[in-house]
Amino acid sequence: MASKRYDNAAAALDGLLFDGMTIAVGGFGLCGLPETLIVALRDSGVRDLKVISNNAGVDGWGLGLLLESRQISRMVSSYVGENKEFERQHLAGEIDLEFCPQGTLAERIRAGGAGIPGFYTRTGVGTLAAEGKEERIFNGERFILEMALTADLALVKAWRGDERGNLVYNKTARNFNPVVVTCSHMTIAEVEEFVPAGAIPADHVHTPGVYVKRMVPADINEKRVEKLVTRSED
Amino acid sequence: MGWTRKQIAARAAAELQDGWYVNLGIGIPTLVASLLPPGIDITLQSENGMLGLGPYPTKDEVDPDLINAGKETITELLGTSYVSSAESFAMVRGGHMDATVLGSLEVAEDGTMANWIVPGKMVKGMGGAMDLVSGTPRVIVLMDHVSKDGTPKFRKTCSLPITGLNVVDTLITDLAMFKRDNRQSPFRLVECAPNVTPEEVQAKSDAHFLM
Repeated sequence: MASKRYDNAAAALDGLLFDGMTIAVGGFGLCGLPETLIVALRDSGVRDLKVISNNAGVDGWGLGLLLESRQISRMVSSYVGENKEFERQHLAGEIDLEFCPQGTLAERIRAGGAGIPGFYTRTGVGTLAAEGKEERIFNGERFILEMALTADLALVKAWRGDERGNLVYNKTARNFNPVVVTCSHMTIAEVEEFVPAGAIPADHVHTPGVYVKRMVPADINEKRVEKLVTRSED
Repeated sequence: MGWTRKQIAARAAAELQDGWYVNLGIGIPTLVASLLPPGIDITLQSENGMLGLGPYPTKDEVDPDLINAGKETITELLGTSYVSSAESFAMVRGGHMDATVLGSLEVAEDGTMANWIVPGKMVKGMGGAMDLVSGTPRVIVLMDHVSKDGTPKFRKTCSLPITGLNVVDTLITDLAMFKRDNRQSPFRLVECAPNVTPEEVQAKSDAHFLM
């Protein structure tokens, strides 16, 4: 099997990028973000990106970097607080935003990865999130049709990865990564630690290697904390 | 007079039963975790993918890979599990949580609530709120009874874009607690805060409810 491992993010992205493409990105807030790949995406200069991501980063970090450089033209997200530049661009009509309830977003990405074109959910019935969507009654209850999401490229962050592409995530840095990893036929995983095949017990693999086309080392691993809250020593 | 934020949270904590799986929203609902009555052991869910939330970390315990849905650093407990966002919301949307406690901007007399957007002013997104209110069998809302300018927040209909239709089961404000038997029933005033009369509660509400 040819190696999936690339020396760095720029090498892994080479030949894959085009203006107007759709990119799905894992992470929740700044937790479990593919930081290295996002910086490489910025440096590539690719434009008019349609980004699927639960959040939009913060000013100056994560997807906030791509907003500052005006490389994103459309986002599908559930929550974009904590980002003034995003809010400014959105209110000024410079960026197109589709708000999607967080569970619906996760399920739309999951469905896209699993070959399911759409599904019915009660989430969002009667709200702005239901506008323009088919509604159907099941057992007397209202549901709306939500369509699957797929991407030209998916970027995820993992804690450990082996040479077969099997991945393990760390704690709540898992979040959207195990679904985002499935929603494209070109997924790049950025991993904190490469381990030999077999080092991850087969029963403990979170994402099997079939979903991972390329892997890069997490050269940038800042792991910024958005809200540091501590208690005093007991 | 009326209840303080902490007293509102304590009143909500008294509604939770031993063994329940509960999702707590950001703000006053977060206080509920530390105000549970003795003998009540609940498991907290955080929708970013954690079942079994522990207390905030000490300085030495801080782990950037371990946060709650409010993006605050947190700790795990014995028996905690981590899941993906899809799995986390399957728990919520599949009705496996026993209760959710969350804040709101408005609640209508039919249990409809609005808490995610103020058009032109606050445009942050719904996050997981729509999933939580439409998927959880017991929805407990905590909020101030009136807004800063005195406008009732417990209303005939919501004036803001809604989060869910007919989803609220229990409403606790700084003035009173309201409950309904089921989602076909109207709200009933079940308790007033100290030195608050039912007449005052009624005067400060735009909603119809049973006294």
